[in-house]
Amino acid sequence: MVKLRFKKQMHTPQGNDWLGIDLNISKGEFIALFGESGAGKTTFLRILAGLTQPQEGYIEVDGEVWFDSRKKINLPIQQRRVGFISQENSLFPNMTIRENLEYACVDKKLHGSIEEWIVTMGLKGLEDQKPDKLSGGQKQRVALVRALISQPRILLLDEPLSDLDIHARLNLQDEIIKVYQKTKITTILVSHDLSEVFKLSQKVFVIDHGKITKSGSPQEVFVNNNLSGKFKFTGQIIEIHKDGVLNILTLTIGNHVAKVVASDEEIAGLSVGSKVIVAAKAFNPLILKA
Amino acid sequence: MHYDLQPLLLTFQLALTVTIILFILGVPLAYWIAFSRNRFKYIVETLVSMPLVLPPTVIGFYLLIAFSPQHFLGHFLESFLGVRVVFSFTGLVIGSVLFSLPFMVNPIKAGLQNFPIALMEASYCLGKSPWETLRRVILPNIKPALLTGIVMAFAHTIGEFGVVLMIGGNIPGETRLASIAIYNEVEALNYDTAGLYALVLVVISFCILLVFYYLNRKTLDSSLRSE
Repeated sequence: MVKLRFKKQMHTPQGNDWLGIDLNISKGEFIALFGESGAGKTTFLRILAGLTQPQEGYIEVDGEVWFDSRKKINLPIQQRRVGFISQENSLFPNMTIRENLEYACVDKKLHGSIEEWIVTMGLKGLEDQKPDKLSGGQKQRVALVRALISQPRILLLDEPLSDLDIHARLNLQDEIIKVYQKTKITTILVSHDLSEVFKLSQKVFVIDHGKITKSGSPQEVFVNNNLSGKFKFTGQIIEIHKDGVLNILTLTIGNHVAKVVASDEEIAGLSVGSKVIVAAKAFNPLILKA
Repeated sequence: MHYDLQPLLLTFQLALTVTIILFILGVPLAYWIAFSRNRFKYIVETLVSMPLVLPPTVIGFYLLIAFSPQHFLGHFLESFLGVRVVFSFTGLVIGSVLFSLPFMVNPIKAGLQNFPIALMEASYCLGKSPWETLRRVILPNIKPALLTGIVMAFAHTIGEFGVVLMIGGNIPGETRLASIAIYNEVEALNYDTAGLYALVLVVISFCILLVFYYLNRKTLDSSLRSE
């Protein structure tokens, strides 16, 4: 169980803003923090990791107090044992992949598990390379393994996939799911990618200007439930094209691009970038073997 | 032509001692300057850089006064520890350490300030102390800066004159360094001997810097590649 309650002043290009958080996370839950850049997502993770101090508040993880401004408690980063993965590469360039993993090992006896991780995460053959020889996806995979080897109590993922191409991103999303199912570690993912949030998290908190505005399962938060259609997808408009009497919308749905037709009433108030729900009655679908 | 290897050996002995001491002092000092949030930090930075602008004789003069047995510090050292600093090798070392301090500290400070904070934070999150992070992550990744500090401090100590003359004087085998020996030989009109010392210093300094720039070219290239 993670209990978070804190206030922190943020300096954003739009001026000063307060990050005010009050939420609980159950042990073993995979939650996502969703919001625009500058909303306070990264600050949230940094405060939890102990890299930034809030002005006031209280943080408790699995019954241990990490921060309490009233009692002047501030557990050092080193003792919090968080696995923190940021979007930038954080592998130590002077060490090989294996040395990076060994560095994270809390106990020499666990060196055996490094070999196991190298194999399961598809890093075999790369273990004696320096990080600069690896692709972005491979680096993040090593960073993930390195964080897990340090036996963290909580895993913090700060848009770890945002710099990767779509193929590497999908791959690593699967790895994250695999790792989560294996370890059942409490995980907080920061993301502004809808499909990623849907795919990975059980619960999502929408954060806007430092405040949590919505929370619930990704379905509850992002999909309006009072439709009767059987198929519905949430997508984002990337192009609106008028062709005679029809409007053709180009949408990204998850990682796919789709074109749909829309009437004038339907596109009223919509513009490029708008989030929309595409729903269809399921009376005549085509079903093909995948 | 009369010549003596003693001044040359003494010069390199001094340069080596000073460089080792400066490295041990310089890394923590540079670390403190680079990462401390103390609001009086700029005063320490100013003091460290003073030898860059002051005439060496000024530093030598103050050291001579401070360590002379007539004054408190010199008197204390001599009566309680039995150490005489002025006109001794110890004095040369102290003077040179102070005088070459910025040449060691400033490059290391720059290296530390340019080091990605994300890597330090990653190490802390893995449960490593600042000391272990410094030793195993930061220092191995700022080798070019360390090498610059070491070479500059060493080369600069070889090239010293004013400070060492003021505090060390000109005692053969004790404080007569190559640079002072050259001055001495010229005064005695022994141009051949002075020329020999001068040539040795030129050749050795050139070689040290040549090797340094050659190595640094390689490390700089590889650090650029890893970006």
